[in-house]
Amino acid sequence: MASEPEVAVTANAVLSVRDLRTHFLTRDGAVRAVDGVSFDVKRGETLCIVGESGCGKSVSALSIMRLIPENVGRSMAGSVRLEGTELTTLSERQMRAIRGNRISMIFQEPMTSLNPVLTVGAQIAESLRIHQRLPQRAAWERAVEMLAMVRIADPARRAADYPHQLSGGMRQRVMIAIALACNPQVLIADEPTTALDVTIQAQILNLMLELKQRLSTAIVLITHDLGVVAETAQRAIVMYAGRKVEEAPVAELFRNPLHPYTRGLINSIPRRTAAGRRTNIRGRLQEISGIVPSLREEIVGCAFAPRCSFAVERCSRERPALDPHAPEHLAACWEVARVAAAVR
Amino acid sequence: MTAYIVRRLLATIPVMVVVALFVFLLLHLTPGDPAAVIAGDDASPADIEAIRRKLGLDLAIWQQFVIYVGNLLRGDLGTSIFSNLPVLTLVKQRLEPSLVLAVSTLVLAIALAIPMGVLAAWKARSWIDRVVMGFSVLGFAVPVFLIGYLLIYVFAIELRWLPVQGYRPLAQGIEQTARSILLPAIALSMVYMALIARMTRASMLEVLSEDYIRTAHSKGVATIVVLLRHALKNAAVPIVTVIGIGLTLLISGVVITETVFNIPGLGRLTVDAILKRDYPIIQGLIILFAGAKVLVNLMIDISYVFFDPRIRY
Repeated sequence: MASEPEVAVTANAVLSVRDLRTHFLTRDGAVRAVDGVSFDVKRGETLCIVGESGCGKSVSALSIMRLIPENVGRSMAGSVRLEGTELTTLSERQMRAIRGNRISMIFQEPMTSLNPVLTVGAQIAESLRIHQRLPQRAAWERAVEMLAMVRIADPARRAADYPHQLSGGMRQRVMIAIALACNPQVLIADEPTTALDVTIQAQILNLMLELKQRLSTAIVLITHDLGVVAETAQRAIVMYAGRKVEEAPVAELFRNPLHPYTRGLINSIPRRTAAGRRTNIRGRLQEISGIVPSLREEIVGCAFAPRCSFAVERCSRERPALDPHAPEHLAACWEVARVAAAVR
Repeated sequence: MTAYIVRRLLATIPVMVVVALFVFLLLHLTPGDPAAVIAGDDASPADIEAIRRKLGLDLAIWQQFVIYVGNLLRGDLGTSIFSNLPVLTLVKQRLEPSLVLAVSTLVLAIALAIPMGVLAAWKARSWIDRVVMGFSVLGFAVPVFLIGYLLIYVFAIELRWLPVQGYRPLAQGIEQTARSILLPAIALSMVYMALIARMTRASMLEVLSEDYIRTAHSKGVATIVVLLRHALKNAAVPIVTVIGIGLTLLISGVVITETVFNIPGLGRLTVDAILKRDYPIIQGLIILFAGAKVLVNLMIDISYVFFDPRIRY
């Protein structure tokens, strides 16, 4: 296993995740939510993590941030390095100094992720007071500047508002302001637009990308929406059942998907044909048949095999290695040649 | 905000009128002639008639009520039958010990129970949680007089740290007062603490699973700040409510505690008045306790606005 080329890019990485494993110990056995995931994020790039619900995307993000409480019976292994600092072995106090400062996170639910009894200005200022030790007034002024930066109109007055006085889109802007207040090297965004109206989604994504440019923050964007991947990211990782199954530059991934699961995801995007009908080659939306496997049992072989139309006998017996098949393009599939040759 | 407070104050008027009506009828609903009840068993018909006239009992009942309310509004709570002193004077004499006991109990209970509840919620299902919850069950189950006598036995009789009984007024020095009120306050606060600790734990547990708590952690906020600044303020409304409800417990507890510790307060005044059937005193005290309760509820309602900006007033 150790000899496998697990990641596509190593040079110039700001965040390096190696063989991350997060298991939850339950009465019925261990649930392998994240089961050996590795990736690198380059300085200032946007990396997408894609997959269905329950594939371990969010747990990976929370594990990197060390935000999963220990008393829920979780066990963690692997290595997470932020600019060379190993995060997994830091004390809780040291980790606190990094969270919200050098690496920060925004969450899916803007409606519930802000504290309802504190003003949004106070919630932004809090990060600045903790990490930059700004006095109260300076922190508040900086919080107002942050609100202006995420394009909230009349920021000085809005800073004194409580979250319930803001719309969903504005709350997510506030979350972004909190996350970027200390100018972190890495921003992890866990489905940041999923809970928002479609019209607001694009605004929020564009805002994140623009601020990324301005602050040269690397973004790890977790999403199940391949449309978002295509519009925002340079590279993407496809996760399935707690494992990374494919990694490639985005253009390459869409042009030449090598894992049958990735193909399934791409084929299930509605597209417009020349005739203007919402359709794909076969005239109706294609779904991936079957369901995500239970993570309670150790999966022997390829986790996708039971749902895969390319599967051969070997797939359910031996776990396929993540091998490079093109520059910066890794895929974990025994039948890559057949998949690549098949007509989509 | 001011308009809200005024509106809420006005809303207490009907409540107090109902209380006054109930208290007024108390005397008239008692079996037998109120004048005969007041006069006692060996009074002559002439005595009863004299009392009847003195109390205005010969007037129509609605006239009596109007006079009664009019007196209340002027601060006249009636006159004790036995001591012939105005009820208000008696109440004033007994107010200090009860007020000191109630406030000390309140402060003690809140100061200990809230940290206990927060700790139990933070360390849920740990041994700390079990100790706090065990203590809470005990606090509910053991009656206040038993705790009182136990405390007297250990700290006053065996260890001789504190006086056994009695009350030293504030005029004699706050230290003496504190020494005399400590044991009664501990005894009385047990059930109250149990109640507040339980509610704090339940409310905190709910809040700690909210998304914004995870956000606070993701910002690198220290645990103690997450608990107190981010969680406790969100958990406050049910806790404050239960503190208010508990005040009713406190009023009945004061009566028992004052008896156990021989404190000359309103509780003792109540018990003595009931035993002697001194109706004007009983009526006056009910009005007073009801008024206190209404005032506390009002304060709690107003405090919600302070804890939760989403509550409209």
